[in-house]
Parts: sequence; C-alpha cells; structure tokens
Amino acid sequence: MRQLAIISGKGGCGKTTLTAAFSSLSENTVLADCDVDASDLPLILKPQVLKTEDCLGLELASIDLKLCTGCGICREICRFGAVLENFTINPYSCEGCAVCTVACPENAVSLMPRVSGQVISSITRFGPMAHAKLDTGEEASGKLVNMVRKRALELADRYSCKFILIDGPPGTGCPVMAAITGTDLVLVLSEPTVSGLHDLKRAIELTAHFRIPTVACINKYDINEKMSLEIEAFCREAGIPLLACLPYADITTEAMMEEETVIEYAAHSGDEEAVKFANIIRNLWAEIEIRLSDTSKKEMYPKILQSREP
Amino acid sequence: MKIAIASGKGGTGKTTVAVNFALALEDVQLFDCDVEEPNCNLFLGFELEPVEEVTCLFPEINPDKCTLCGNCADFCRYNALAALPKKILLFPSLCHGCGGCSFVCPVGAVEEKSRSIGIIEKASSDAPLKFFHGILNIGEAMATMVIKSLLRHIDESKPAIIDSPPGTACPVLAVLGFADYCVLVTESTPFGFHDFLLALKVAKALKVPVGVVLNRDGLGDSRVEDFCRDEGIPILLRIPNDRMIARLYSEGIPFVKEMPEWKEKFEDMFETIKALAFKSTGVQ
Repeated sequence: MRQLAIISGKGGCGKTTLTAAFSSLSENTVLADCDVDASDLPLILKPQVLKTEDCLGLELASIDLKLCTGCGICREICRFGAVLENFTINPYSCEGCAVCTVACPENAVSLMPRVSGQVISSITRFGPMAHAKLDTGEEASGKLVNMVRKRALELADRYSCKFILIDGPPGTGCPVMAAITGTDLVLVLSEPTVSGLHDLKRAIELTAHFRIPTVACINKYDINEKMSLEIEAFCREAGIPLLACLPYADITTEAMMEEETVIEYAAHSGDEEAVKFANIIRNLWAEIEIRLSDTSKKEMYPKILQSREP
Repeated sequence: MKIAIASGKGGTGKTTVAVNFALALEDVQLFDCDVEEPNCNLFLGFELEPVEEVTCLFPEINPDKCTLCGNCADFCRYNALAALPKKILLFPSLCHGCGGCSFVCPVGAVEEKSRSIGIIEKASSDAPLKFFHGILNIGEAMATMVIKSLLRHIDESKPAIIDSPPGTACPVLAVLGFADYCVLVTESTPFGFHDFLLALKVAKALKVPVGVVLNRDGLGDSRVEDFCRDEGIPILLRIPNDRMIARLYSEGIPFVKEMPEWKEKFEDMFETIKALAFKSTGVQ
C-alpha cells in the first residue's frame, strides 16, 4: 500500500481539482478527502455513501448544578477559561482535559462524550472514497483526519487497492500533520505569488521535519513567470523535484461547474486548451506513479533550509 | 468595532480583502490571525519587531521524586505522557498544558516549565498602519493559543480588521467569537458556495452579523447572489475576476495602491458595516 498526500500550505491552490483529476487517471486507488473542515472533493465525485460513523472528539466537562456549591475551584484551575460565571461550560473553550473533575471537592463535574463529526465511506465512479464532515466549530480535526485515513486503509484492504490519494487540508498545523504522517510521498502544490512561495516554504519545512519524500508542482505558473522561476530555484535548493507547471486555465472552473474532473471535461468538450491541460496532468501522474512504486527514492527528502521566513 | 474577514476556506481572497480594506481606511488596526500562514505582511512589507513569545506549559518529571506510579500518564487525555517501566516519557507537541499531571501526581514530582510555541510581532511605530501578526512554530498544533495572545493586543478604542484563519474549526471560532461583524469572502462556484455555507453556519452559531464580499465576480454563476438575496445577507462589495488584480496580488502589491478608485469602495463598505453592526448588535 502506497500513500500520496497533496498539500499546498495555502488553500485555493487547486489541490482538490488536481486530486479529482488524478482520481480519474489512477487505477486501484482509494481517495481520502482529509480537508475535513471544508470537504470539496465530494462535490465533483458525487459519492454514494456506504457507511457513516460518528467521530468522538475530546470529551466535554459538565457540572451538576445540584451538587455544585459555587466554590469556584474549577474556574480557577481551568487553563482554558471554559467555566463560565454561572458554572456552565463553554463548549468552544473546553478541551476535555478533566482537571476540573478531579479538582472539584463535591465531585460535581463529569466528562461527557462529544461527537465532533462523521467519517464516511463511499463509492465513487473512480473507486472507494473516505471523507468526513466536521461539525461546526469542533476542534478535533486532526483526530478526524486520522479516522479518515484509517477508513481509507480499510477500504484499500477490502477492495485490494494499490494507492491511497490524500487530498490534504490547508495550512501547516495539526490537521496537515495528521494528513501527511506515514505517507510515502507528498506533492506540494504552489502558486507563483509572494504568498504562494512563502507558504510553500512552510509546507516544505514540515515535510522535512517529518522526513517525507516530497515533490512539487506549480499551478497557474503563467500568472507571474518571474515568481515561477523563483519557486523553481527554491525547489532546486531544497532538493525537491519540480514535476510540472500548470498554466492558468478557465477550464478548471468550467469543469467544476459541470461537476466533472478536468480529465473528463477535456475528453468530451473538445476544447484544445482543456486537452493540453489534461495532458500535463497525465504526465504528472505518470511521474508520481513511478515515484510511488519505487521505494528507494532517498534523494527526494527535502533539505532543512536555514532561511526562516519572517 | 472588530471586523473579522473569514471565508470557510483558504484561497478565496481573505488576505487581499483584509489588507486592501485596512490600507483604504484611516486610523485602523490590522491583525493577521492566520497564524499557520500569516501572509498579510507579504503585501505590507513592514519592518516587524517581536512583542511577545507565546508559551505553553509542559511538565518536567523530577526523576528523584517520581515513584513511577503512572498516575500522570493515566490522567493525560492527550497521550502526551507515557509511563515506561523505568521512566515517564513526554511528547511535548501533544501536550495542551492543562496542568492535570502535576495536579494528580501524589509526590509532587511534576514541575511545569514553559516552552515557546509561537511569536507575536508588530509593525514598528513609524509604519502607516497599526499591524500585528502571530506565527505558530512549525510542528506545533496549538494555533488557538497564539491567536488568543494576538487578540489581546487589540486597542479597543480603534476599529480593528482581523484576517481569520481558514476552515471552520477552533482557530476560526477564537476569532469570530471575538468579532462584532464578520465579512465572508467567497466566489460563486460550487466549491466557493459550499465553503461559504459552512462559514456562514459558524458565524450564525456565534451570532455574529454577516456580510459578503464576492471575489472573482463574473466567474461561475449567480448561486451565491441568489442565496444572499433569499436570506437577506448584504453583498458589501464585488471584486471582479480581473487579470490586473491577480497580477498585482502575485507580485505582493495591494491593489488599492495601484488602483486608487478602490479606496472609496472600501470606505463605503466600512460605512455600511458600521451601520449594519450598530443595527444588529448596538456596537459602535
């Protein structure tokens, strides 16, 4: 079982568009939509749900007001400011650490389970898919990402799939770490903008930190070719192969409006631009497939660069 | 008056709106709360100076006192401690700093130390805008803690514009829960609309009044507009799908600087927001 995660540091780079395109090119693949905050892959792949399961997040403290004497020890000891004036709990602040339960002299506090979202197994026109729905404002998204990945592994086992394609969350925080740990390869998608380069650097720091082989791709490279060259130079310096440069193309939005992958859209629209675009993605996927199949690609470990962006 | 710029998802133009909005107004503050990817200053280019190191407490076990009873590891909800036969092992990045381990240790072997998880920086005082941002250290997970520290630097006497983190999880709540008005930036495509609905749900749960900035207007269809009309959500501003704006963005230039006609549009948006926030919450 080989796993590829697609991340970008920043949102809106085209991760989901690219993951969807790969899904229509790859065979024997399970898809894992790990952008659990805003899961968009299902909008294109229209999954048929097979099974839904609640994900339990961190527990939530609850004070029994019949037992509470209002001594205030819980409020003093809570580091997250979750106990309100009237001795009710602010669910958005409580991290379920349980310190209040042991600190309360009246045993008035207990922890209750709380559902933070749902993990869903589905089947799509391109194969099985694991995805999730995070409940509004829930914080255990790293945990939910782990559950999606676990579910993807089970699906891969059941349907004898060879690859898992992970559509990663944005940023470089806890959900991204959960999405890339233990993967065989990370594809970082970048854009030729000042923020694109900045976020690429942070994403690479993260993959270097976890020692995961990394490759890169620039989306909309022709919006600012000078910046694209800078990104290319950075990748060279960091020891990361830059596998493809995708042009700015309206067809990505057109395909999205049709609820199709760009590969599908190119196949029937007859649009020359779409066909060219699809071919670049085809070549990119071929490159990735080779790297995913070869386990000895040590040179792809990114170097940890000293230059730390302000 | 605190105005949060949010979107449910990254890449919709939050930073663009926040930066241009702040530059178009006089005497406002700008706070970049996207601590995983703080991008505002890439467009502002201010000299920054550190103001605060954000720290989180973590336990240190004194081996001379520790009896290896394992209470601390049993208690820890975050699996940050593991009791081995001869040692208690700590995984610092999992620790939330709740202090539970020191509370349950029967022999007082847990000492709490603090470690840096991020930093708050601000623009030097001669900068034309009062600007702060926070940076979460790579490999750390406690974004909310950095955001909360950052928000403590807001000067309540002046309007504050807050660039929010993406998503709908806890870091966004930390910002929206604090705001008097929320500007949702979106585009009218299937992805944009879907993510907009998620962000709207968060804002509604927190009872923050909401208005919309339609970015890349002209792309996609009218689904966001139709929805807003039905729900009575004001569309505060439209930013067209314009190559010039995209180019300026890619070069890190705020477009109000090169296209001065936008200054007035942002000023009008500010007036509208003030009126709407006053109407729904009474905040001036």
